[in-house]
Parts: sequence; structure tokens; C-alpha cells
Amino acid sequence: MEVNLSKAKKTIIRIGIGSVVFVAALIAPLSGNLNLAIFLVAYFIIGGDVLLRALRNIAHGQVFDENFLMCIATVGAFFVGQYPEGVAVMLFYQVGELFQDFAVDHSRKSIAELMDIRPDYANVKRNGELITVGPEEVSIGEIIVVKAGEKVPLDGKVIEGYSLVDTSALTGESVPREMDIGSEVLSGCINLNGVLTIQVAKEFGESTVAKILDLVENASNKKAKAENFITKFARYYTPVVVMVAAFLAIVPPLVIPGATFSDWIYRALIFLVVSCPCALVISIPLGFFGGIGGASKSGILIKGSNYLEVLAAAEIVVFDKTGTLTKGTFKVTELHSNGISDMELLKLTAYAESYSNHPISLSLKKAYALEIDNTKITDIEEILGHGVKATVDGKTIYAGNVKLMQKIGVSYDTGDIVGTVVHVAIGDKYIGYIIISDEIKEDSAIAIEKLKMCKISKTVMLTGDSKAVGEKVASQLGLDEVYTELLPADKVAKLEELLAKKSSKGSLVFVGDGINDAPVLTRADIGIAMGGLGSDAAIEAADIVIMNDEPSKIATAIAISRKTLRIVKQNIVFALGIKAIVLLMGTFGFANMWEAVFADVGVSIIAILNSARALNVKNL
Amino acid sequence: MKKVLKLEYLGCANCAAKMERAINKIDGVNSATVNFITQKLIVESEEQGFEDIIKSIQKVIKKIEPACTIKM
Repeated sequence: MEVNLSKAKKTIIRIGIGSVVFVAALIAPLSGNLNLAIFLVAYFIIGGDVLLRALRNIAHGQVFDENFLMCIATVGAFFVGQYPEGVAVMLFYQVGELFQDFAVDHSRKSIAELMDIRPDYANVKRNGELITVGPEEVSIGEIIVVKAGEKVPLDGKVIEGYSLVDTSALTGESVPREMDIGSEVLSGCINLNGVLTIQVAKEFGESTVAKILDLVENASNKKAKAENFITKFARYYTPVVVMVAAFLAIVPPLVIPGATFSDWIYRALIFLVVSCPCALVISIPLGFFGGIGGASKSGILIKGSNYLEVLAAAEIVVFDKTGTLTKGTFKVTELHSNGISDMELLKLTAYAESYSNHPISLSLKKAYALEIDNTKITDIEEILGHGVKATVDGKTIYAGNVKLMQKIGVSYDTGDIVGTVVHVAIGDKYIGYIIISDEIKEDSAIAIEKLKMCKISKTVMLTGDSKAVGEKVASQLGLDEVYTELLPADKVAKLEELLAKKSSKGSLVFVGDGINDAPVLTRADIGIAMGGLGSDAAIEAADIVIMNDEPSKIATAIAISRKTLRIVKQNIVFALGIKAIVLLMGTFGFANMWEAVFADVGVSIIAILNSARALNVKNL
Repeated sequence: MKKVLKLEYLGCANCAAKMERAINKIDGVNSATVNFITQKLIVESEEQGFEDIIKSIQKVIKKIEPACTIKM
């Protein structure tokens, strides 16, 4: 980049000198050959490099490029006696090219800055000393220390210290996360207030931050349809325009009475100047790259420019339930005691289930919260498929499902219960039931609402859960359709059904946790995996990864992709439109070189600057 | 095998596209992608004769955009 800067400076100085000579030529009252000479001097100072490049390229077999066309156009201007115009156009072109280079450079730098999550160093403990090395030089198992304010350089486990870390570089989240002994901490996070001693779990190349940077950089390798279209278009555009130019230079003067060669050659020259498709070809990938960079800043990893395109056309969003819309953990949600207090019901059940590690048992113990006095529990018997029987404080407690109640001959509450139910009895007396549910994520309802505001026509949920549970969750969240009691293979079949029903232009998005949704993620038009933070499986499996657990980010992703596509389309329409207008005007003699150069370089700069807007993802 | 090469002075996106097309036609190259934004060339080719492939690629690049080179 530094070399480019000094190259640019030389060019600016040269153009400056050339401009001075040009102005002198304009003012000086010279005539004839002297006049021509001074304009030529100005011309060669300003445009000499273009001429040289054109000649060199022709020597390499590359004839019709921008340099050659500009040369013909300006030399042509000299030939028809328009000396000032020849120099001015070359000047305008050179200045424009300089701006274009700056604009591209600026865009590339902005994106690089945005992605500047790369840690530069690590403080590693070696031989009793703390030394600073590059993060790539640290091996797995080594101990590193991250002080307050520093970036965590590598993935690892905290072995000492307590602190809050800022995960916004990875997730786009502003809420800090707590790190304690035993916590897994990821590279790219910023340590906020305490010193953390970490044992390195992954080498730098495999660390989260390296993976994200890699993904974002390589995402622009997967080209969007719009990009491929423009590239293909550019291939045909240039030769066609040049041919028309040749035609215009030769035919009308011969055929139309009163038409002069110089007039029509001038028009042909305008065609030549507008024939370069560079504006289009540069701004499109820049726009997509900006979108990908901006999304990454929000904690959304999009693995290819093509996925941005497809996501923008999202019509149906299908969710997996457990782990995606719900937390995937169980929690006691309701206590219905019969004859004793709720607290007593919970206590007895927690005691009875205390030796089990089943998620349901764990949730009961968590809800009870108090310490369990093991001396009070004797004779624990697990009855497979039914529940558990235990003697607590001398009383025989039965806790389990309806089959257990039926087995011991106790009549139970059969009411409208939705969720996993643990019925409890003391001896043969029914003392009530406890409902344990899979908690819905706090922002799931907002996620669905936002999607509807995005004009997503259908929101669907697929789950292997029971009909009652599935439908309850669906109605709580406001989903359009829900399909329950699905086996994994059924999910794929259901997706096929939904795919068949969507319109040809819309796309179907599937959102899952990436762990056991691989076939469905692949089958959908776009597969989005949640919880990429710490889950390599999620990052691998999907097209788009949301680094944290918030389903509401899906609407954000859709908004970003739509904005990016809008900008790209604006550029295409604008660039092609201006070029078409100038070509048309040029044919009929209503345009001159100035408009032609604007249609080439000016349009390019505007399109590139417009593409930079794709980076701005606030308020989306 | 897949190799990622860094390109210097890649100034014209149209040229990048031309290069990509031309490199894809080189014998022994299975696929090539030129990323104008990151200025990278990703080549997937046979392991054998990779040296020759690099030479051919350099020729192609020189022909299309003489100022552009592969940063070794």
C-alpha cells in the first residue's frame, strides 16, 4: 500500500505540472505549429504513461483496453483540430483514474479495518517468565495471560482469574460475558476488567478469530449471480461498442449526405471512451464484500456473496424448535400440588430424583435450589420407561410419567397439560404433578415478529416434540405453520413439501443448531446455523452462521442482504443507464468527450462510493 | 492441490475477470478464481508440473495487465 501511495504522489505531481502547461497553452496567444506544440507538451506530460501502456499492451497482444481507447480518442481529437479538448479529456481521465484507485483502496481499507479483530500478540508464560510473542508462536497447552484491555489472542480455558469480556468482535453483542475459572474463552474477545490466565486449547490457525477472518475473506470467492452476469456482459459489451464505433466512423459519412468524416469520427471516439465496463465490474464485488463485512460486524457470518443474493429473496423461514427457538434446556415451569404445599411437592420430587443425571432430574434439583440431605434418602429404584421410586424421610415416593401412576394404581390429573410432566405420589396417594418445559428463548417472539415485518410470507416450525408442546410453542410465538412429532427423515420430507409450494423467485431458509440438522440445512436454499460461538459443527454445516444464540439476528441478516442487493442493483442500473444515454446522445451528436469520460470514470467513482454504503449496518 | 497466491497491482476488475478465464484454460489447472477485492488468486491444479503452471499463469497475467505480478 505504501508503494501505491508514492506512485500516486508521482502521478499527482506529473498531472499538476501538465495542468500548468495546459493552462499556459490556453492563455498564451500562440498560433499554428507553436500552438500545437505546447498543447502536445501538456498532453504528453499528462498522458504519456497512458500512451506507453497502450503500446506495451499491444506488444503483449492485448489491443483493446482502456489505455488504447483513450489514446485513440484523444489523438483523434488532436487530428480533428480540437487540441484543448484532447488534453482536457486526457486530464479528466487521469484524475478520474486516480480517484478510482483511491476509492477502491479506501473501500478495501474500510473493510480491512472493520475486520481488524486479529490479535497481534500473546503474553505467554515460558520458563517462569512472561514473554510477548506473535499468537502463531504459541502451542496448545501453553499458558497465556491476558490483561485488562487486551484482546484474547487464542481460544482456551480460564485457569485463573475472573473477568468480563466483550464479545462484540465475534458476535456483534454489546453485553459482556462473564469468564470464571473453567470458562471457555475465545480469541478476538476483549478482556474488560480482570486479569485472565488461560490454557491454550487451539493453535492460532484453528482459533475462532482466524476462522472468521478466513471465512469472510474467502466469502467473496463465491461469486453472486449478479457478479457473473456483469462479467459476462462486460465481455460482450466492449467488442460490440467498438464495432459500432468503427461503423459510425465509416458508414454514415459515406451514406448520409452532408455528413463529415471528422464529425462522425468524433462520435465514434465518444463510443470508444464509453466502451470500458470497468465501473460496473469493480463496484459489484465491492458492494457484496461490503455487505459481508458489515454482516460480520453484527456477528453474522455469510460464507459467500451468492448466499447474500439468495437470502435477500427469502420467502419462507423454517425453524427447528429445540436449541433454535427454545433454549434446549429444561426448567420447572409449573407446580400443581394436591393436598400438600407446592414447596413440599417440589422438595419430595427433587429428593426422589436426586441421584439421576437426566435433564429432567437436574431441572428439578435446580428449581428446588436447596441442598439435598442424602441421609434422608434410602432405597432408590429406577423403573425404566416409568420413573423412579425412592424412600424419603421414611415415606415411599413415586415420581414419573403416567405409566408409573397406572402401574401403582394411583389416579392422576389428566388435565390439559402441555410439556413434560412428572406425576408424584406418596404411597398410593396422589400429591400432584410438576410441569417441566423447554424454555423459549427471550428473543424468539421478537425474531418472528421482525421476520413478519420483513414481509416473510411464511414462518414454519419443525419439531420432533409432541403435538401439544409444538403447537403451544407455535401459538406463543405467532408462527404460521407447525409440524410436530417428526423423525429426522420426516423433517427432510417436510422441507421438500415446503420447497414445492414456494414461488420460483423466493427462497426457503432453514434455521437450526447445525449439530443434527445437516441434511435439512443442505436441502434448504439457505441453511442458517445458530450458536456459532464455540461450535465448529455449526460453522461447518451452514451457509450463514449466527455467532450467538439470538434468532432475531435472522431478520438483521435478511435486512443486510436486501440492502446490499439494492445497492448493487442501483449501481448496475446507474452505470448502464448513463452509458446508454451518453452513447445515444453521442450517436446523434449531442454529447462530447467530457460526457464520455464522465460516463466512464465518473460513473465508476460514484458506483464505488455507493458500494461503500453496504458496510453501514447500523439501524438495520 | 489448492494454492492461494497474492497478486500485486491488480487495478482493473475487468482484467481480473479476463485473467480468471484465461487461467482456467491453462493445461493442468482444474479451477481458478481471481478475487479482485482481496487481490488473491486461488488455483486448484495437479501437484505435478506446478512450476510450469505458475510460469503459464505469470505469462497470462503479464499479457492482460502488465503491471500486475504474483507476490511470491
